[in-house]
Amino acid sequence: MSAPLLEIRNVSKRFVRRLDLAGKIASRLGAGVSEETVHAVDNVSFSIAKGEVVGLVGESGCGKSTLGRVVAGIHKPTEGQVFFEGQDVAALTGARKREATLAIQMIFQDPFASLNPRMRVEDIIGEAPVYHGLTTRAGAASYVDEIMTKVGLDPSLKKRYPHQFSGGQRQRIGIARALAVKPKFLVCDEAIAALDVSIQAQVINLFMDLREEFDLTYLFISHDLSVVEHIADRVVIMYLGRVVESAGTENVFERPVHPYTSALLAEAPRLDQRKRAFVPIKGEIPSPLEPPHGCHFHPRCPHAVPECSADPPALETVRTDHVAACHLRGRFV
Amino acid sequence: MSDATAEAAPPEATIQPVDAETPFQRFVSEFLDSKVATAAFLFLLAIIALAIFAPWITPQNPYDLAQVDVLDGRLAPGSEAFAGYTMWLGSDGAGRDLYSAILYGLRISLSVGVTSGLIALVIGMAVGLLAAYTGGRTENVIMRIVDLQLSFPAALVALMLIAILGKGVDKIILALVVAQWAYYARTVRASALVERHKEYVEAAACLGISHARIVFRHIMPNCLAPLIVVGTVQTASAISLEATLSFLGVGMPQTSPSLGVLIANGFEYMLSGRYWISVFPGVALLVTVVSINLVGDHLRDVLNPRLNTGGGK
Repeated sequence: MSAPLLEIRNVSKRFVRRLDLAGKIASRLGAGVSEETVHAVDNVSFSIAKGEVVGLVGESGCGKSTLGRVVAGIHKPTEGQVFFEGQDVAALTGARKREATLAIQMIFQDPFASLNPRMRVEDIIGEAPVYHGLTTRAGAASYVDEIMTKVGLDPSLKKRYPHQFSGGQRQRIGIARALAVKPKFLVCDEAIAALDVSIQAQVINLFMDLREEFDLTYLFISHDLSVVEHIADRVVIMYLGRVVESAGTENVFERPVHPYTSALLAEAPRLDQRKRAFVPIKGEIPSPLEPPHGCHFHPRCPHAVPECSADPPALETVRTDHVAACHLRGRFV
Repeated sequence: MSDATAEAAPPEATIQPVDAETPFQRFVSEFLDSKVATAAFLFLLAIIALAIFAPWITPQNPYDLAQVDVLDGRLAPGSEAFAGYTMWLGSDGAGRDLYSAILYGLRISLSVGVTSGLIALVIGMAVGLLAAYTGGRTENVIMRIVDLQLSFPAALVALMLIAILGKGVDKIILALVVAQWAYYARTVRASALVERHKEYVEAAACLGISHARIVFRHIMPNCLAPLIVVGTVQTASAISLEATLSFLGVGMPQTSPSLGVLIANGFEYMLSGRYWISVFPGVALLVTVVSINLVGDHLRDVLNPRLNTGGGK
């Protein structure tokens, strides 16, 4: 494997709801009001090689979207660093910072909220390249045409507003907007979850075509294991802000080590298992406001031993390019 | 691009809605659905036209002393003036033709109302956007000032200011702006907060676009709809507030008489049966304010459903 294109090192993101004046007074008077801290992302590290597609999987609320936004530079990490092409993104300034900002782009989940309803398609796609001088104001029209063609949109529709397009077309506009600044790395945050199944396949194919054409690297955030199995080279599984398992796609799907991964795989609908009864993972995902002690998964884990509620397990290498955070290290299988 | 994408795109293109209307065209057709609002809007246009063209359609410039004859004072509606024209709405104590005086008064009332409304809108919008975009301590300080301001009646704030500043057109406008900017700030901040957390703003930040450009090109245009509604209603209330101040004798000076001054001038004659000197300017004020409010109310109805769907269908 070549040097990583993107590496995140010990990244944590906490959201704190601070007390307002009334809250502070109430807390002084003993009302039991206190600041609430959500550990959305808790000490996560992994790296992504150039050209790789990494799937980031987890239940809703596990912090995968927050992590994606940290990678894309929309949120600043509370702790830890994001390295792009070997450089700490937070330490860059001036032109180098702009270069890194543009190199990492994001595709959003909601094709309705992610496009400015008051801008025409040509302005949505063309704004950033003109602003950053990637094209001139005069050359913007043909530049936009070219990108729209690349993502499978008819350039004659560029004078229209986003509400005049279907969900799949809007998602293509969002992809065109990201491609317009010539990125090297795309963070796709549930980019196909809001689309019809038939359109999902088209958009996935588009992602794969663009990967070849523009030599792109993807962090593909999804809760849909079948999609991830189809497109990802490597899969990272998150649970309540922590990485629990990370390995090549085949290893994760064929030889999972962490009980949470096994549980997720067992519940993924498959054609060859049509007749079996589904046993949901017991319990709810715990509140990230008060995560359980030790391993976050132990209250729901069928194999939990006393050790699990005491110490959080560290990520340990199970086999080549396969790490998991479980005290049992697969002995339950 | 591979063949798969090229083949996949066209079927999707055929199911897209054929909807050539721009949002503005749809807004216009929805607005015209209400007969009352359309009538009020036409009325308002007529009032504005009358005010603008007052010098060409009135028999007299009521504030040119050479054209005013004191002997024409307090004539009943329909009387003939010394100069030969008919005073259809009568005349006031100084011999001014009321029809002429009302149109000239409308000019002053409307221009004071609109000017103060626009200045308050710009200030309120800037402050509201700043509060919503920066958040944290800045937002808290700004919004507590707004709350403080809104907890005083607008008329009281204006009265206090004029007591400090003294009389004059510029001071009235300043007082009206101070009394009203907070309404705009609160409205803009509320909608800007919603827009700020939408994904298109995150996308713009991701594309390395500057904060100023995100605020003015992306967030602001999406906050204008509620602002137009508040602007219309607040302009009507600025006009009535100015009339109130003028009626109380602390508003516009006699040299630039608004409708409020005209009403105040006729007030002393009310009990002697010369109702027209106060009543006709009063009716003109009423019609103006009600028309603006009807237009504003209907604008709110038309623009609100779109707010809920984020500018979509």
